[in-house]
Amino acid sequence: MAAMTGPGRVLLAVSRELVTIVVTILGLLAVTFLIARVMPVDPVLAVVGDNARPDVYEKARLEMGLDKPLLVQFWLYLNKVAAGDFGRSVLTSKLVLDDIKRVFPATLELATLGTLIGISLGIPLGVLAATRQGRWPDHIARFIGLFGYSIPIFWLGLMGLLLFYAKLGWVAGPGRIDVAYQDFVTPMTGVLLIDCALQGEWDAFRNAARHLILPSAVLGLFSTAYISRMTRSFMINELQQHYVTTARVKGLSERRVVWGHALRNAMVPLLTVIALSYANLLEGSVLTETVFAWPGLGRYITNSLLNADMNAVLGGTVVVGLIFVGINLLTDVLARAVDPRAR
Amino acid sequence: MSLYTYLTSERPASRRQAQLGQYYRQWQALKQNPLALMGLVIVIALLMLAALAPWVAPHDPIAQNLDQRLLAPSAKHFFGTDALGRDIFSRIVYGTRITLVIVLLVVISVGPLGLLIGTLSGYFGGIIDTILMRVTDIFLAFPRLVLALAFVAVLGPGIENAVIAIACTAWPPYARVARAETMVIRNADYIAAVRLQGASNARIVLKHVVPICIPSVIVRTTLDMAGIILTAAGLGFLGLGAQPPLPEWGAMIAAGREFVFDQWWVATFPGLAICLVALGFNLLGDGLRDVLDAK
Repeated sequence: MAAMTGPGRVLLAVSRELVTIVVTILGLLAVTFLIARVMPVDPVLAVVGDNARPDVYEKARLEMGLDKPLLVQFWLYLNKVAAGDFGRSVLTSKLVLDDIKRVFPATLELATLGTLIGISLGIPLGVLAATRQGRWPDHIARFIGLFGYSIPIFWLGLMGLLLFYAKLGWVAGPGRIDVAYQDFVTPMTGVLLIDCALQGEWDAFRNAARHLILPSAVLGLFSTAYISRMTRSFMINELQQHYVTTARVKGLSERRVVWGHALRNAMVPLLTVIALSYANLLEGSVLTETVFAWPGLGRYITNSLLNADMNAVLGGTVVVGLIFVGINLLTDVLARAVDPRAR
Repeated sequence: MSLYTYLTSERPASRRQAQLGQYYRQWQALKQNPLALMGLVIVIALLMLAALAPWVAPHDPIAQNLDQRLLAPSAKHFFGTDALGRDIFSRIVYGTRITLVIVLLVVISVGPLGLLIGTLSGYFGGIIDTILMRVTDIFLAFPRLVLALAFVAVLGPGIENAVIAIACTAWPPYARVARAETMVIRNADYIAAVRLQGASNARIVLKHVVPICIPSVIVRTTLDMAGIILTAAGLGFLGLGAQPPLPEWGAMIAAGREFVFDQWWVATFPGLAICLVALGFNLLGDGLRDVLDAK
């Protein structure tokens, strides 16, 4: 292998990567498939109802392929998932995929804004903490880091609502938009802010923004905690490198050394951190969305769970898992593109 | 010979003396760190509260008292009462037991499992490593809470099932840590020496590889405890953890949610308790990392 150079080596690396991804996705689906198989809810009864005649029940059982060996069933399941068929939700009686398409933009909106907050606060804070170790920016970063890792996100959301909505009235309450504005905007992208802006409904836009600010700030705090902590440690590492000394000896200003040279190099591992934090916010939204009655994927999964709607739960789980894998893949590609050493 | 000279001796006469001496030096290092000490105090206070709950709590945590519903904090009820007239302070005190049980059960099951998978993977390498690490990656690919939710969906709500669900999602990082450590020492001279003496693989892994990995796993565990507490509280908040009338902190917050704008204390105090305990474990974990994992 070592003799291989140039395109051959790249091809090998890419194909190895692809195999890893395929295996991971297969494993992911195997886990959800097994969860579905061992669950105490009878999937046939869920379709035909409790009072079905035995022959109807048997027919449905055969139709669903439940008489076949487990491996064949898994193969059928794979085919279905590949076609985007997660079955029908018992709760909404719509296709699970359609449900997910409908609720996902709300989660995306929240997680994206939260991550943007995390990046714009976390990176500067982490850099300042690394360059002024043991002084107040460092203490602030440590404080935010510790609290981000110690506060239950749903409780912080509740306290935020109590303070900023009920007591101070600075932000709007739970939900995505006031009922009064609900029919102003026709869904296009599903991301409410973009839809409002596209249709020029600025009152609705302001209202939606007032709803969005608190949950995204709560998510943003957790993102800031993580990103600033990692930025600090990457920056400390970079600032000890020889090229930093070289840059200083050349007479570059400290600002250019830190922000231009060291941070640029720290950005490579930071990309992975940011992606991870983004993926984690998609997950953290499960609890946040419950607190803020936010109609997104997280609340869809928990709601389905509480109503024993297994198709919806597993469909949602698979989608979230696939997004995780996708984000990881994207980060690998990005890291390779940015860092010549990784090519 | 005084205890001090015994512990700090440069030439320990026995294995035990060397071990105790090392503990002593680590304790000295930990004592230098005020934040870590604060964490230790919080964790010890948690243990004491759990042990002494019946003597500390002024009221019954479960008995309902409907004519005393939703009372504000006062000298009689430090943290007020909830919708069923139960004293919130007493419920929080008893809640320490549930939190501790969950954390301990998860750690007891996850630590050894991750350690075993990681050391086997790192020690043998090759196909075993590939398979075990693929499985680890698959579990890492799931977001923790969502996977725990799916497990609870199958198993049904309750403390035991919450523990199983959290354990099923928490082990991969331990395996990763143990594997990395094992890879470093796998080719060390002393391992080769033990092998030349004819030690079996099992003996090498259990007696010589695992002990090296244990400090990192302990650090990881302490740092992870806050995460476990938060996940357990999250499951409780969603109604999937400990079931009523058990005084689980997450479930208590959920119960206070509908009154949060008028009777703020019902949801606020259990949340503060979670924060404090998680903070304690985080501070202690940071301190232990500096002491045990000085790399």
